[in-house]
Order: sequence, then structure tokens, then C-alpha cells
Amino acid sequence: MDSVFIIEKSIIIVAVFALTMLMAMYSTWAERKVAAFLQDRVGPNRAGWGGLLQPLADGAKLFTKEEFFPNTPNKFLFILGPAIAMSTALITSAVIPWGDQIEVFGRKVALQATDIDVSILYIFGVLSIGVYGIMIGAWASNNKYSLMSAVRASSQMISYEVAMGLAMISILMMSGSLSLKDITVMQANDGWNIFYQPLAFLIFLICSFAETNRTPFDLAECESELIGGYHTEYSSMKMGFYLFAEYANMFISSTILAVVFLGGYHFPGMAWVNENWGINIGALLGFLTLFAKICFFIFFYMWVRWTIPRFRYDQLMHLGWKILIPLAVINIIITGIVMVLFN
Amino acid sequence: MSIQQISLSGRKMQVSNKEMSFLERIYVWTILKGLWTTLKHLFKRKVTIKYPEEVREMSKVARLQHMLMRDDQGRERCTACGLCALSCPAEAITMKAAERKPEEKNLYREEKYAEIYEINMLRCIFCGLCEEACPKEAIYLTTSKKIVASGYKRESFIYGKDKLVMPLDMAIKNTQSNTIQ
Repeated sequence: MDSVFIIEKSIIIVAVFALTMLMAMYSTWAERKVAAFLQDRVGPNRAGWGGLLQPLADGAKLFTKEEFFPNTPNKFLFILGPAIAMSTALITSAVIPWGDQIEVFGRKVALQATDIDVSILYIFGVLSIGVYGIMIGAWASNNKYSLMSAVRASSQMISYEVAMGLAMISILMMSGSLSLKDITVMQANDGWNIFYQPLAFLIFLICSFAETNRTPFDLAECESELIGGYHTEYSSMKMGFYLFAEYANMFISSTILAVVFLGGYHFPGMAWVNENWGINIGALLGFLTLFAKICFFIFFYMWVRWTIPRFRYDQLMHLGWKILIPLAVINIIITGIVMVLFN
Repeated sequence: MSIQQISLSGRKMQVSNKEMSFLERIYVWTILKGLWTTLKHLFKRKVTIKYPEEVREMSKVARLQHMLMRDDQGRERCTACGLCALSCPAEAITMKAAERKPEEKNLYREEKYAEIYEINMLRCIFCGLCEEACPKEAIYLTTSKKIVASGYKRESFIYGKDKLVMPLDMAIKNTQSNTIQ
């Protein structure tokens, strides 16, 4: 392993980390802005032009607030909760291909922190650890509402992960690889997955709403019933970490949706651009394409939040176990039959 | 149409518990319709008035900010009879009467005048009953469109004679226009 390789990877890792943080920061701003616009209001507009400095002001506020500890027997777990939530939200982005190769000083650099061949398994694994952040934090809060929220969050995660994984299987059957890079390349060659697997896309989309604890599946926070749920007892930056992790998760799951179903960094005419304008410009355009797709999904998350009211708990379980899982299984069967018939 | 179904607003809707059709039961189509509705709101004109920069336009007949009038010779008209305070439904007005000294004849019209005259702007509802009650035509709500300024202390909302009495330059202008006529 040469030192250039390490430098190259470190730069990519830092860039991806910074991008995730920046996106999470500005998602909070976008959330409030979109919410306001959908309700015919103007939203935050005092700090900076159009309220663009609002996330910084919010961050400064959270940092300077009093650090409150409830009367809890286990302070370590209380701190561990938000830490797990935040770190799992951040390490998922390691396997995302952000663009095609670029050429720097005659050296080909893949715009990806690491291209492991079990990317999807890795993502699913890390996502499932994410719920431990909520569970441990809520448990250590020593609060009934938090505990209720933790129970809800974990059962919701477990039930929707099944449907999510099953929806993913039909994609894997087509691509024959677990690597996100391979899936992207396959989509660049044969067309985007959303056209071949609309049902899988729908199931995956619904499940990612549940996985990120967003409305209509935000039973874990559920202001009106659980007073904020798992972060009821949290204050200052620990609270900020939970909120931040939610937005980082949103960014990551938008990215996964874009990569797996909308062709990642692929855009129509990419081969032509690579040939005529050079691969660096092609990679740049590819990255911007991916970014636009991610932004669309983030907007979609917010858009849905102000459209659909929250599900009731039994409705949530009904949808997960009795509708989405059978649908995903049927989808796998249909995919298998079609593949056998046409190949 | 039976009498139960007539509504004055014309917006009354009959609630029905009819079974959902298949399209409605799979939700996707209805959710898309809902998304379309919310999306339309994204581009609607915003109703917010950004207050310090923009001010809501007031009605032409709006009457705010009281003024204690002076007569055509610049003397205060108020005699501290207390009828305004009595008529005030919000009990915002208070005053203290004093006797005019001989050398103050050019300041106050009658022998009795208001030494202290205070209106609590937190209580005032700008109904104009003080104006109607006044037998000396001394207090009026003006068309100045001045909104009570915000403040951090309750005391700053109690307006005394320094803020209420008609300013001298305005009184001078009035006397001049009267003499010309």
C-alpha cells in the first residue's frame, strides 16, 4: 500500500464526511423552509440571507445550552446513545460511489472511500446498529416516554428491515453483485433499476421512511404522544446529535435510493461526455447528477412529512408485516420467473 | 333537500362511511393526490407580512394614538373633569386635577386643568369612547397611524402629558391658519 493511496483515500473520506455534515446541517434549514413554504409561510429569514445562517445559529445555541443529566443510574449509556446514533449515521457513506473515476496527475482515482464487495450488507448492518443509539439512549434516560419510544423504534426497525432486505434481493438478483459500484455500472449499461423494479422501489422507499424515523412513521418521536420520545431527556449537543443523526440518516438513505434505483452518478449521455470532454468533467457532472437526485429525495422526505399524517402503531405493523413483506416476496418470485424466461 | 342538510355557509359536507374502493385502499394513488395538493402550496403566494420591514396597511378610517387638544389660542382644553376616565371601558385613563394660577392663563383654558393625565396603552382598546365623552372636545384619537411602540418595561407604555398633549408647533400652525381665515 503506497502513501499516495492513503492520502487519496483520506481526502475522499474527509470530503465525504464534510459533505454529510454539511448536508445534514442544511437539511435542518431546508426542512424548516420547505415546511414553511408548504404551509404558505416564509420560514426562517432572519439569520443571513433567506435564513442561510440559521443552522450555524442553531448549532451555537445547542453548544451553549445547559448540559442536563436526568436522575439516571447509568450516565455512560446516556452519553453512548447519541454517540452511536451519530457515528452509525456517518459511517454508512463509506461505500457510496460518488462518481466515476477521475484522473489526477496521471493517476486514476475512484470517487469512493472503499469499494467492498458486500456494500449492501454493510449498509444494512450499520443501519441496524443505528437503532441501538435510540434504544440505549432512551433506556438510559430512565423515562417512561423514552422507553415507549425505544420499544416502538426497535420493533419498527426490525419489521421494516425485513421488507427492505427482501425488496433489495430482487435488485441483487438482477445485478448479481452486492457492490454498489457494480450496481451503478450495471444501471449505466442496462438502464435504471426504477424502470425494471418499480415495486421494489416503492417498497424500499416506504421502508426507508420507516428506517429514518420520518413521518408518516415517526412513532418514535411522536411529539403529541411521547413528548419527543427517545430524546425527551436530552439537552444541548447530545440532543443536537440525535437530531443531526436523523438528518444525516436521511441524507444517506436518499443516497442509497439514488444509487440503487436511480442509477447513482449515471446520467443520459455519460459515455459521450466521457469520450469527448474527458473523464474529469464526466465525473464532475456525474457527481452533480447524483447530488441532484439526493436533493430530490431529501425534498421528497420533507414533502411527504407535510402531506401524510402519522400512522397508528397497529397500522404500521399491519403495513409492514402483512402488506410490504408479501409484496416483496411476490416481487422476488416475479423477478425470478421473468429472468428465467427472458435469459 | 331536507332541512338538516341546509347550511348557511354552503360548506356543510355530509359525512359518509362508505367502503373504500380498491384504488383508495392501496393508498398510493390517494397519497399522490395529496402530494400534488401540498406541492401546489409550495408555489402559492405567502401571506406572511415581514413586520419590521413591511407594515400591514391600515384602514383609511383607523384612529389610534390619542391627543390632548389645544384651542385656537394654544391653551390646553382639558379641564380634568374625569368623564373620559369614567367612560373608558378598559379603565386605561387616570388623571389628577389642579387649579390654574393667574399667571397660567395662557396655558390652560379653564380654571381647572389636568396636572397629570395618563393613558395606559397596554389597557387601551382604542374604542374612542373617551373622545365621545369629552364635553370640552379635548381628547381625540388621531389618524397618525402610530402604533404603540414596543418596550421592555411596563412603565414605558403609560403615556403621560409629555406624549399626549398636542405639540406646540402644531398648535402654532393651527392658530396661524385660524387668524388667516
